[in-house]
Amino acid sequence: MKKKIWALALGGIVGISAVLGGCGGKSGSADAGEVYVYNWGEYIDEEVISMFEKETGIKVIYDMFETNEDMYPVIEAGGRTYDVVCPSDYMIQRMVENNMLAELNFDNIPNVDQIAPEYMERSKSFDPENKFSVPYCWGTVGILYNTSMVAPEDVPVRWSDLWDEKFRGEILMQDSVRDAFMVALKSLGYSMNSDSRGELEEARDLLIQQKPLVQAYVIDQVRDKMIGGEAALGVIYSGEMLYIQEEVAAQGLDYNLEYVIPEEGTNVWIDSWVIPANAKNKENAEAWINFMCRPEIAKMNFEYITYPTPNQGAFELLDEELQNNKAVFPDLDSLDNCEVFKYLGDEVDTIYNDLWKEVKSN
Amino acid sequence: MKKTKATIRQAVENFYLVFIMIFLYAPIATLMVLSFSNSKSRTQWGGFTLRWYGEMFQSATIINALENTLVIAFASAAIATVIGTAAAIAISSMKPVPRTIIMGITNIPMLNADIVTGISLMLAFIAFGISLGFNTILISHITFNIPYVILSVMPKLKQTNKSVYEAAMDLGAPPVYAFFRVVFPDILPGVLSGFLLAFTMSLDDFIITHFTKGAGINTLSTLIYSEVRRGIKPSMYALSTVIFVAVLALLVIINFAPRKKGEK
Amino acid sequence: MSKKLLSGPYLVWMAGFIVIPLILILYYGLTDKTGAFTLANIVSIATAEHSKALWLSLGLSFVSTVICLALAYPLAMILRRRNVGKGSFVVFIFILPMWMNFLLRTLAWQTLLERNGVINGILTALRLPPQSLINTPGAIILGMVYNFLPFMVLPIYNVLCKIDDNTINAAQDLGANFWQTLTRIWFPLSVPGVISGITMVFVPALTTFVISNLLGGSKILLIGNVIEQEFTRGSNWHLGSGLSLVLMIFILASMALIAKYDKNGEGTAF
Repeated sequence: MKKKIWALALGGIVGISAVLGGCGGKSGSADAGEVYVYNWGEYIDEEVISMFEKETGIKVIYDMFETNEDMYPVIEAGGRTYDVVCPSDYMIQRMVENNMLAELNFDNIPNVDQIAPEYMERSKSFDPENKFSVPYCWGTVGILYNTSMVAPEDVPVRWSDLWDEKFRGEILMQDSVRDAFMVALKSLGYSMNSDSRGELEEARDLLIQQKPLVQAYVIDQVRDKMIGGEAALGVIYSGEMLYIQEEVAAQGLDYNLEYVIPEEGTNVWIDSWVIPANAKNKENAEAWINFMCRPEIAKMNFEYITYPTPNQGAFELLDEELQNNKAVFPDLDSLDNCEVFKYLGDEVDTIYNDLWKEVKSN
Repeated sequence: MKKTKATIRQAVENFYLVFIMIFLYAPIATLMVLSFSNSKSRTQWGGFTLRWYGEMFQSATIINALENTLVIAFASAAIATVIGTAAAIAISSMKPVPRTIIMGITNIPMLNADIVTGISLMLAFIAFGISLGFNTILISHITFNIPYVILSVMPKLKQTNKSVYEAAMDLGAPPVYAFFRVVFPDILPGVLSGFLLAFTMSLDDFIITHFTKGAGINTLSTLIYSEVRRGIKPSMYALSTVIFVAVLALLVIINFAPRKKGEK
Repeated sequence: MSKKLLSGPYLVWMAGFIVIPLILILYYGLTDKTGAFTLANIVSIATAEHSKALWLSLGLSFVSTVICLALAYPLAMILRRRNVGKGSFVVFIFILPMWMNFLLRTLAWQTLLERNGVINGILTALRLPPQSLINTPGAIILGMVYNFLPFMVLPIYNVLCKIDDNTINAAQDLGANFWQTLTRIWFPLSVPGVISGITMVFVPALTTFVISNLLGGSKILLIGNVIEQEFTRGSNWHLGSGLSLVLMIFILASMALIAKYDKNGEGTAF
């Protein structure tokens, strides 16, 4: 009997401390406020977050999303509010068009002048007046292959090599609708911003045809799976290369991973910081963006995530060898046939989603 | 002849029990072994290490998620126990028709698919303008926990002897006093098992939390899910081992400690 | 009268967090983005991709349920025949994995089944060719069986424990052999447990999206995945709600089954 009472008492105590704990958490962070950050997975040096907290006294609540498509409904619904988000080009355009973004107050972001002008220029394709976004990273999409599993004569050079029977069960595709269709559309020679139903259906058929060869549709996992030798080929964002090569060396693996940009052309993307219209801590969000634009911080992030940085100041801090490494900083002008994703309107978007579902359910 | 048949049968049965045991425990054992291997490969033993455990305990996200999980489980189970026990007492004294209706609705969260429960709660929170966060997880967990409490208290209430309670009142005991002195001790085992059931249901839930959690809040389940989607880190193996050992210890204590005292 | 007041908090809670949310799903499921009434969301279950996903879910969860039943019934019988007693350590061992976090259990199978996973590692060590095990329907069935097996064992075991030894002895004394006692005594008396076991396995298996995501490599689309993605990616909540309503029809059917066979709530797991 005693024991049971003890158990009840314990329940009560924990209940009370839970309530107290909840209050304590809130009052503790009241001084400089907080900032809710919503970013891609593995897309920041965590050290940077604590440096920001220490310097500004602003508490960072950091969450991650997997794809642009995952991020959008969260912001749209407003059940969870974030102060600063890092979507890609076409998604920023969609958010601008649907009035979901707040105009940035650049007086609070003086470091924006560290961003090389050509990237601000490129941003105009989705943010015409540079009012809503500040570029964070950019890159390309290509094929990563495992040198021990792909014979030298089979090294992929085109997207269509992802339809080679030899690689049955050895291919990792991107599990996000626009990236998957980009691969198919490009290999058919169409624009990756196609809004023609006929072209998209052709792309769908091609993706269905490819499905038996695909080992899995993945997003962030592609990096670790390729390092682990799970698959021969993977569609991947350019930036992870330095990390991958370091990791391969560190684990003493008997193979190498190489990155190619297929000759049909690819997606050149820019991920930029934006502030949702329903943000509760806009000034803190601007402080965050400003901090991210500081050259030393941008350099730290670059060294950790190794995506090319649009930050001129950070670029200049790098070794010359790295600056000239075309695998890390590809020449934008030499990228033939490359495009930037555009948002194609809700109607076309629905077509993409429906066709993608048909691929997945097949 | 009969004897050999019996021994063969015994052997087959033992074999079967062992087979199921291996099926149930081999995967967990694998995780435990890998958590001590100093290599990220799953096929090569890289030597013994505790470094994944170190990584795990230093990770603020994991510790935070653990805290959230425990606080939510305790608080939701405690609140559900209070509301549920009160409801069970009221329901047991109701007329058949309202009682059937209420019990029918009580069954919904238990039998409905978690995904539908999760989505419907999310829709409601957003419709009411409640911003998703710690509180919405707590409310959701209380919601799916109450039925477990009611269903474990009801049978005990059926067994209680009403006349004792009435006798106590006849002797001048105020109803509340009579309840706590007479009825409550009888239903206490049901209340406790309802609490424990609610607690474990809350610990294990992923789907409903997935739809109702807010910015910057993770429970262990949602944390594991997002980690796995990004690639499995060995610190997850360490976490599995710790959780398994903790669950084992807890259940052994709950199931076997009180019995020794011969309370029955 | 004062006793009835005790149900107040629960009634309010129930209305706010069970009834209203379900009404909202109904509302979303029967309207389109402009708020006009439509049946399109529900009818869309008939489109090729949705019906394929539904049939696949029904098929995989049916197979998993059958396997669970086939594995659990003998287990429950052995445990019962050995009279190990409720709450004994042996029974405890067989339901313990149920309390391990669901995601970790699934993660364990991912580790085992992956191409460079543990099973292929063992195969290679034995000089056998590695198999592609993960991202197949088989992997998903395995995941379902592993995760939900205890939900089948427990209710069957509970109901078997209630069968009086004397009934069995009487049957045997009257000359019934093993099969006769099994089919005439054990099985008919255990129907409530079997039914509740079946629903406890079938419903979560039918609606899962986690197992198919983690063990199916996103190659296999179940109805749960479709619904989840309508909410988290497609951002078409109306369609997602409509499909949830369809799913609820199947759940209602199993609720009706339970109510028919399990009037006293005896066969429940708890």
